[in-house]
Amino acid sequence: MTLLSANLRDNLLNSLLPELCQLIPAQSIITEIEQLRTFECDAFTTMRQLPLLTVLPETIEQVQHVMRCCYQLNIPVVARGAGTGLTAGSMPVENGVLLGMSKFDEIHDIDLNNRTALIGPGVRNQSVSDAVAPYNLYFAPDPSSQLACSVGGNVAENAGGVHCLKYGLTVHNILELELVTIEGELITLGSAALDAAGYDLTAIMTGSEGLLGIVVKIRVKLLPIPTSTRVMLAAFATIEDAGDAIAAVIGAGIIPAGLEMIDQTGICAIEELMHAGYPTDAAAIIICELDGSVAEVEDELNNVIAIFTHLNATDIQIASNAEESKRIWAARKAAFPALARLAPDNYIMDGTIPRRALSQVWKQINQLAEQYQLQVVNVFHAGDGNMHPSILFDASDEEQHQRAFELGTRILELCIQVGGTISGEHGIGLEKINQMCLQFSSTELQQFHALKQAFDAKQLLNPGKQIPTLARCSEFNAMHVHQGEMPFPHLERF
Amino acid sequence: MRQAISPPSLMAMTQDQAHDHAQALAEQVRQAYVKKQPLAISGGGSKGFYGLPVEGETISLCDYQGIISYEPSELVITARAGTPLHIIEAVLAEKGQMLGFEPPHYDPNATLGGTIACGLSGPRRPFSGAARDFVLGVTMINGKGDILRFGGQVMKNVAGYDVSRLMCGAQGTLGVLLEVSLKVVPIPNYEETQVLNCTEAEMHRLLSELGRQPLPISATLFHDDQLYIRLSGTAMGVPSAARIIGGAPLRDEHLWSQIKEQQHPFFQSEQICWRLSLPPAANPIPTEIAKDQLIEWGGAQRWIYSEASDSDILQWAEANGGHATAVDRGIRGSTRFHPLSPALLSLSKRIKQSFDPAGILNAGRLYPDL
Repeated sequence: MTLLSANLRDNLLNSLLPELCQLIPAQSIITEIEQLRTFECDAFTTMRQLPLLTVLPETIEQVQHVMRCCYQLNIPVVARGAGTGLTAGSMPVENGVLLGMSKFDEIHDIDLNNRTALIGPGVRNQSVSDAVAPYNLYFAPDPSSQLACSVGGNVAENAGGVHCLKYGLTVHNILELELVTIEGELITLGSAALDAAGYDLTAIMTGSEGLLGIVVKIRVKLLPIPTSTRVMLAAFATIEDAGDAIAAVIGAGIIPAGLEMIDQTGICAIEELMHAGYPTDAAAIIICELDGSVAEVEDELNNVIAIFTHLNATDIQIASNAEESKRIWAARKAAFPALARLAPDNYIMDGTIPRRALSQVWKQINQLAEQYQLQVVNVFHAGDGNMHPSILFDASDEEQHQRAFELGTRILELCIQVGGTISGEHGIGLEKINQMCLQFSSTELQQFHALKQAFDAKQLLNPGKQIPTLARCSEFNAMHVHQGEMPFPHLERF
Repeated sequence: MRQAISPPSLMAMTQDQAHDHAQALAEQVRQAYVKKQPLAISGGGSKGFYGLPVEGETISLCDYQGIISYEPSELVITARAGTPLHIIEAVLAEKGQMLGFEPPHYDPNATLGGTIACGLSGPRRPFSGAARDFVLGVTMINGKGDILRFGGQVMKNVAGYDVSRLMCGAQGTLGVLLEVSLKVVPIPNYEETQVLNCTEAEMHRLLSELGRQPLPISATLFHDDQLYIRLSGTAMGVPSAARIIGGAPLRDEHLWSQIKEQQHPFFQSEQICWRLSLPPAANPIPTEIAKDQLIEWGGAQRWIYSEASDSDILQWAEANGGHATAVDRGIRGSTRFHPLSPALLSLSKRIKQSFDPAGILNAGRLYPDL
């Protein structure tokens, strides 16, 4: 820290601390550099920044007070849930306050008749389902980090998971939000009913990455636990066969609870770590989960088996009990630890594409990988088109690190060109902020900024994240990629 | 797996014509922005009653028609705002699919754009989602005449704020919809309705009990001490659920479309009909407020005729966790929406301002100040 920045920091602390202390107990404010290190990054650990200080409020009034103080003194505020984000979305900003919401971990009310729960944003995703399981209910969004991630974070990122084709994203599973604005005002968005008067502001808040307000209460929707769940695994000799099989299942009117696809490199890496019985000679495998009542699942299972068999599946395994289902899923969920064994670092992409472009994009990713001399492994939420290509590299080699990053950008450009998006569920944060310039035109970005202005005129909430400034885009030298208008004329389109 | 789509039936205009048409619409907004000339957005005119009267020069979307892309295996359809809703539904049905929110038409002229702008959903809403839940992306013109695209044609998309869903129910006050991409769902293989005799209290008890079981319920209706429960699913799943629910099978095939389109005799009154949107298990509405009622959406949507004062109705709805809307389908510009809290109203105004700085788009349709 330079003398100048140390001085600035001291000055800010001197003006902010006495104000904060009027309502916030001293033990809820962290200013020691060593303790602040805990908060310097989220799960995207290559980007770090110490905050000015961290506040861990316990009540809504305290959150309002923090916001009023910061608003008055023009100090930025970054909210943080459990810190499991993958895009540096909750990385602090220099000389800003980090607002840790972990103490808002209370389940206030479980309303069985309306099948909703009113919870604090710091409640862990899995805890919601655990708390309502005795009543045969659960909370549907299930990101892979569900043991650790908070529902407040799920709202900020509009988290998905493996079951969202059938059960939706976070935005489909919340009804009401209580929000503290940057001015410290408390506003209720949505309602306990199925809709609310006026604009649909719960929709705009969900996935807004802490740029519009601080969520302090969430009413979530609860669903009945299906009586029957069956999991199957099918192997295919080519990516095209697997892609066709997925299209055929959906085309037959079946919406599986989960539909995942893994390529050969992924299968081998997972098999080596987990010994789950994945067929390592297959070009791709599909994992398909069906759920519902016993009768429904039986019907659908027979249909899916017929489709896969007809479309050249080389092997079909049907889990005959919960234990076997768990084994198939556990291996899939271990995909990222398995990849971690293949290279020191891996850069996980989150692009989402229309499924029809799958085999094309898959081939082009492999061509690009060859061109950049890096290995890419594909794990794919096939049901909803969310790809997670993982670029394997060694970050200690500066040049290789740079190449991995460029390859990542090329892959995201590809996703946009076929009509997809740069992020399906991880969010933008800082990690993908430059690629936003590829997906959106400058007028679209200006509209985002104008909307932000409506909530946060002073630009104090999580500044510099999610929506790039036009200056940043021209520095990144990125051309807006028009969906379906630029290269790859051989791709069929309407 | 691409399906060959014959252009004449689906593409009402060529790409170039559509492009020129969209540019002309944007130019009209641009001119209006400069002149601060209010615009009244019009589609098929089927939902003119829904909202307050709007004055201004007409900007018509009804010729901006055509399905731009539809791929059944993607579960996504993209079409221009002026495309008649019945055409979209027919094209989907041909491939065994449908709009999951079962939108009401109210008139054969209903368009896709109007349906999304009004954000209305039918009987299936509590069980499979509202219009906004199926919106994946929009192309729109903001109040400055910029053509903007948000969201996309994929199921999951978290790049930027979710502006497309915000457009749903905004009634054109934030932008003129040009194109909409929607998630679609398979038409269930099998459908059946069970009818049971019960009181309102019994209905609430039964539905809250059934709601905790994974049953393929796709609609409910309570009227005159009769509870109707529609089941949609597989050929084995539906009958097994019907046995759990009990009651007798209903033979009337038109009930649900009558309810959706408000052609049921209950709705044939000259009086103003109130829509109360409530938590499904909210208390029964006291008789001094509800003279006559019809309950949909598992209890979450209750239509009433009332002799109580507006403020009593609004207060009761609010005290019970919901809101109320006064609807008169017979008169244009006659719907009154539940007043917003001061904090919410001022935030809504700032949002409106961010999309429509001159305040020219469907000004006053939702609330006098928006």
